[in-house]
Amino acid sequence: MSDKTAPAATALIDMRNISIAFGGIRAVDDASIDLFPGEVVALLGHNGAGKSTLIKILSGAYKRDAGQIFVNGEEASISNPRDAKKYGIETIYQTLALADNVDAAANLFLGRELMTAWGTLDDVAMEAEARKVMGRLNPRFQRFKDPVIKLSGGQRQSVAIARAILFNARILIMDEPTAALGPQETAQVGELVKQLKSDGIGIFLISHDIHDVFELADRVCVMKNGQVVGTARTTDVTQDEVLGMIILGKCPPGAIPGPGALKIAA
Amino acid sequence: MTDTTSNTPAANTPADRARASELSAVGRFLKATELDTRMLGMVGALLVIWVGIHILSGGLFLTPRNLWNLSVQTSSVAIMATGMVLVIVMRNIDLSVGSVEGVIGMIMGVAQAEFLIRVIGFQLGNPWLWIIALAAGVVLGLVIGAFQGFIIAYLEVPAFIVTLGGLLVWRGMAWLITNGRTVAPLDATFQLMGGGPRGSIGASASWIVGIVACAAVAFALLNGRSQRKRFNFPLRPVWAETFLGLVSCAAILGAVWIANSYPWPIGIVRQYAQQNGITIPEGGLFIAHGIAIPVLMAVAVGIVMTFITKRTRFGRYVFAIGGNPEAANLAGINTRWVTMKVFMIMGVLAAISAAISSARLNASTNALGTLDELLVIAAAVIGGTSLAGGSGTVLGAMLGALLMQSLQSGMVLLGIDSPLQSIVVGAVLVVAVWLDTVYRKRV
Repeated sequence: MSDKTAPAATALIDMRNISIAFGGIRAVDDASIDLFPGEVVALLGHNGAGKSTLIKILSGAYKRDAGQIFVNGEEASISNPRDAKKYGIETIYQTLALADNVDAAANLFLGRELMTAWGTLDDVAMEAEARKVMGRLNPRFQRFKDPVIKLSGGQRQSVAIARAILFNARILIMDEPTAALGPQETAQVGELVKQLKSDGIGIFLISHDIHDVFELADRVCVMKNGQVVGTARTTDVTQDEVLGMIILGKCPPGAIPGPGALKIAA
Repeated sequence: MTDTTSNTPAANTPADRARASELSAVGRFLKATELDTRMLGMVGALLVIWVGIHILSGGLFLTPRNLWNLSVQTSSVAIMATGMVLVIVMRNIDLSVGSVEGVIGMIMGVAQAEFLIRVIGFQLGNPWLWIIALAAGVVLGLVIGAFQGFIIAYLEVPAFIVTLGGLLVWRGMAWLITNGRTVAPLDATFQLMGGGPRGSIGASASWIVGIVACAAVAFALLNGRSQRKRFNFPLRPVWAETFLGLVSCAAILGAVWIANSYPWPIGIVRQYAQQNGITIPEGGLFIAHGIAIPVLMAVAVGIVMTFITKRTRFGRYVFAIGGNPEAANLAGINTRWVTMKVFMIMGVLAAISAAISSARLNASTNALGTLDELLVIAAAVIGGTSLAGGSGTVLGAMLGALLMQSLQSGMVLLGIDSPLQSIVVGAVLVVAVWLDTVYRKRV
């Protein structure tokens, strides 16, 4: 996508020609994707298409074999989750990645604990911050003393989301954020996405739900067999065309084709 | 405890109040004091065992002398159990602690009784003897722990295998150092770590320790309260705080009183009186043991380890990794380094235990600490450490060690044969863990 006309703003994230292989399998093969401030880009594709793997490279969970990542136009070196967080990249994993045996505050601050002047954990301050951020996301949440394993699916989800937005993320990765949620909580997450978007945060959204995607995302990027089929503005393509991209790898006229697009024999 | 309604829509306090009124008096009491029912259950089990053995033995068990000895016998295993909690919480195991204890005990013995005297030329009784020996042991423990931890964390060999290898390797090393010969006697100051009349701090010092401990309890309660006030969090009722403070202080001072009720044996009193030119009065001279030094060491280790698990970033990471290793990794925690550090701590604790047990024997033998790994693991598990990882407390493990030791020395008092003792201890371990499983399912 290097030939794309340069937009006004610098891309928040620009991943170029990313590849990774596990054993002999090329999970991600020469994939490029970008994200601008205040934009929601949805990543679509079958199970095993390489969406989660691509996104885990960005969040530092996997190390890429080839390719470059630019954050705000500058090349970034991301080789572990800590690096990614330094660049303001926060991730809400499909599995939520919560430590089940500790409480909400401990999970929110995991890896970034608040300390007292004595160098000990400041649990009280962390609980206070947790109460603040959870109050914004889920005002009814009161179970700050319980280990998160005792919480309901929706409550656990809000803990995972709270953790991602607590540290002023600039780039948010949401891997199936609504998979475990009921309709009401799903709507809540939708509201949150819009709110974060208006704050200028860029969001990568991985989802199976094509209706969700068309409601929330500005652009879609479809992957198949580790390759990018194409990228399109949600206003330029129909849901059926996107389904065609997912299932057949057929790139419609409204989309910019990627290396994975079905080559139509002339 | 049975009430687990999750989505209570109303605000905190009215709901809590409504819930509290449904609970029985016991439930209200537990809620107000925030006491851990598991821990109370353990203390209850311990008291049942104590009273039971006391009655069966015709009043031999709950005597100052026996309780004092029990405290000394427990300290070595209790110290290692605090470290085993961290190891098991991280979903690992350490089968090598007994052998590590053995090899370090041997090194410390050889250092003070032979090497420093014959090779370096120190005089007998030189204070550097015990200091260098102890320091060498602690450093060696750290190095052995780091070595095993490195293989586990960075070379990704399962802890079970690495420490099973260690179990054989370190025991073999302990034998090789002197070809199986026992090293004795040890330095006089070093011996104090083993307890005994001289290895105890005496009556007045014991009272001072007790009073300082009570003051610390009061300070901790008040400090916790003011911290919670700072952020307007719900507080425990004042009567509950007072109750907790009073019970803790009573337990501490009671323990000191018991230690101070155990007099020195007549022979040692006579010797002491002769050395200091005191004439023994008509009814005999009462010199109290007071708290034994190994017990003080165990308490200090317990406090430090509790602090590490509850108040430091490292402790938080240990528990988070035990709860969900992948999540901890994704949160940016260097899980390998934390794993290695846990084994380093375990090594240091094994060294401290080695010092205590060899000082108590006044000898370093190559059998020192044999089978201790099993007692240590059993103590941690009886104390509520889950082998699935992620949960366990230092205090629980120390109570577990005390419980195991109570059973063992109780059975000795009752004159039960050693094969039968093993059968009982083994059965108790299994039953305790089964009860714990039942308890966890209900909560």
